[in-house]
Amino acid sequence: MKNITFANSINEAIKVAMSIDKNVICYGLGATDPKGIFGTTVGLEEKFGSERVFDMPTSENAMTGVAIGASISGMKTIMTHQRLDFFLLAMDQIVNSAAKMHYMFNGELNVPLTVRLILGRGWGQGPTHSQNLQSWFAHIPGLKVVMPSSAEDAKGLLLSSIFDPNPVIFLEHRWLHNSSSEVPDGDYRIPLGKAKKIKEGNDFTIVSMSYLTAEALIAAKYLKQFGIEVDLIDLRSIKPLDIDTIVSSLSKTGRILVLDTGASTCSVASDIISKLSTKCFSYFKDSPCILTMPDIPEPTSFELTKGFYIRAADIANEILQKLKIENANPYKDIPEPDPHDIPGEWFKGPF
Amino acid sequence: MDEKDKFKLIHKSMFNLEENQNSEINEDIIKRTYYMLKKIRSVEERIAEEYPYNEIRCPTHLSIGQEGVPAAISTLVNDHDYFVSTHRGHAHYLAKGGDLNKMIAEIYGKTTGCAGGKGGSMHLIDKQKGFMGTSAIVGNSIPLGVGLALSNKLKKKNSISCIFIGDGAIEEGVFYESLNFAVLKNLPVVFICENNLYSVYSPLSVRQPEGRSINLLAKAIGANVAHADGNNVLESRKVLKEIITKIKTCESGPWFIEFDTYRWREHCGYQFDNHLGYRDENEYLAWKKRDPLELFKKNNQVLIDYGKIDKFIESEIEEAFRKSKTDPFPEKSEAYQKLYAE
Repeated sequence: MKNITFANSINEAIKVAMSIDKNVICYGLGATDPKGIFGTTVGLEEKFGSERVFDMPTSENAMTGVAIGASISGMKTIMTHQRLDFFLLAMDQIVNSAAKMHYMFNGELNVPLTVRLILGRGWGQGPTHSQNLQSWFAHIPGLKVVMPSSAEDAKGLLLSSIFDPNPVIFLEHRWLHNSSSEVPDGDYRIPLGKAKKIKEGNDFTIVSMSYLTAEALIAAKYLKQFGIEVDLIDLRSIKPLDIDTIVSSLSKTGRILVLDTGASTCSVASDIISKLSTKCFSYFKDSPCILTMPDIPEPTSFELTKGFYIRAADIANEILQKLKIENANPYKDIPEPDPHDIPGEWFKGPF
Repeated sequence: MDEKDKFKLIHKSMFNLEENQNSEINEDIIKRTYYMLKKIRSVEERIAEEYPYNEIRCPTHLSIGQEGVPAAISTLVNDHDYFVSTHRGHAHYLAKGGDLNKMIAEIYGKTTGCAGGKGGSMHLIDKQKGFMGTSAIVGNSIPLGVGLALSNKLKKKNSISCIFIGDGAIEEGVFYESLNFAVLKNLPVVFICENNLYSVYSPLSVRQPEGRSINLLAKAIGANVAHADGNNVLESRKVLKEIITKIKTCESGPWFIEFDTYRWREHCGYQFDNHLGYRDENEYLAWKKRDPLELFKKNNQVLIDYGKIDKFIESEIEEAFRKSKTDPFPEKSEAYQKLYAE
């Protein structure tokens, strides 16, 4: 066990996977450059050789197909993109091939492929460098979608993704890369499809994912002074979705807020509410709520993004209103940090 | 392009084929090649006969007229080599040794089909034989074939990967991306382009600039290239044999071969469609005169008893259709199975 950053934890997971299985290969644009994809692939080529770790042409679609071809013949491929948005060029391969092959060939083939996509917000990433499209991928039968929220989970979930016999979309929030936690050594795996209870409480359920779990924790701490104890569930996997853990929490609290880093329409958050409504409507003591990004692209300007992102204050405010607690001013008490567009002082830009 | 040029078939490959007088075109090869040629033709014609009865209920793209290249390569590869192919993939599946009964059953949507009825005519598979699937999306299987070659290279296997495409796939971005990577990594892969001049109803002239050669495009990317008459089976075989040998013995890197050929029937379905006017009846008749099957028989008259082989093929086909029609459909619950690998 040691305290390391999320980025180092990713790096360590890949090292462990490549050490225990010689069929694991790793590539992506910039995978072997001096910066090594925000440090996550640093040192891999030196350790495992340039046949197994390599940079690639700017050919997202074909290189995804190459990964699928390698994977159906016994390799386990880890592919990385520095922005999710570039991976949109590979939709044919991920949707028509990777997601379908096991099913449409009746189990003859399987695709052990992990696609690491880095997503985020801030620093003027703007309309085409900040998209959080987890619900797109979750919508496609045959894919698994994973969104870790801590360094520990990053390692455990990435190792499980690499050794899963199916294609996994592994979404890393850029704002988490420098966060750190205690991370177990060696081949540490966390099962896919199981959510994690971060905090126990009886008053309100918060379901969260990825970076928003960090904001939710700030909100939970703030709400405590009003006597509100939240049940905080971090999804870990978007698909398969651990709906049972959410149902069980709702049966206790009767009140729920679901957070989503993506846009509102057809979001993971709205899907969870839909599932709960059809599955256990009687558990609701009050109408459920969601906090998502608005249905518009993210603007670039520093001024335009002030107050644009979901913050701890928004989360606290939503719950305070639902519980009709007055005389609280979360926007004053836990204001958006200034500057608002970076994850912390460590971040010096550019992304 | 005038009519004369359009039908000009190029008999010489673009690279200098070493003449091999001791070429092992023996009776056995002739027999096996004819068997595959005739088998593909007869299977496809039988599908065309059965299709109007509406028991085959999936989009089906026949290879009639284009049997030459698959038959030519059928005696040059083994189960360790890989094939990937397209929506028009019956011929490649059979040429790789794919099980006929399983293919016909798949087209009928039966549980005994090669994909248990989940794939249909456009999604054929036979992993044991190295036939790694066909795709309904133009160009989709190209990078898969390159990935299979990468895997072979990393595992130091002396096997090749063959990617079957048509002229339409040349217009997909993924073709350039894939070929670029294959050249970059010097991968053991052959791109086999069966240029039949049409993408559905759209002729090459509305899709690609006049006079530009497909194989020279591939050459510009850095592939070794060849161009041959895909309806001349033994010439195609000779070109393929030399190239496969080069890849396997001298790590020559990727090759791109353009074969001229022609589809006789409609793009998708069992009928003839020249009356629609998207192509000229005379063009069709000119190509029909160059029927790969008839040309093969004419050039190899004395050697074999075709009747005996034909009879054997007929019995195989009869059995495959009889079985497939009576085989059970999958249980309805099967629709919900095998989403994820365990």
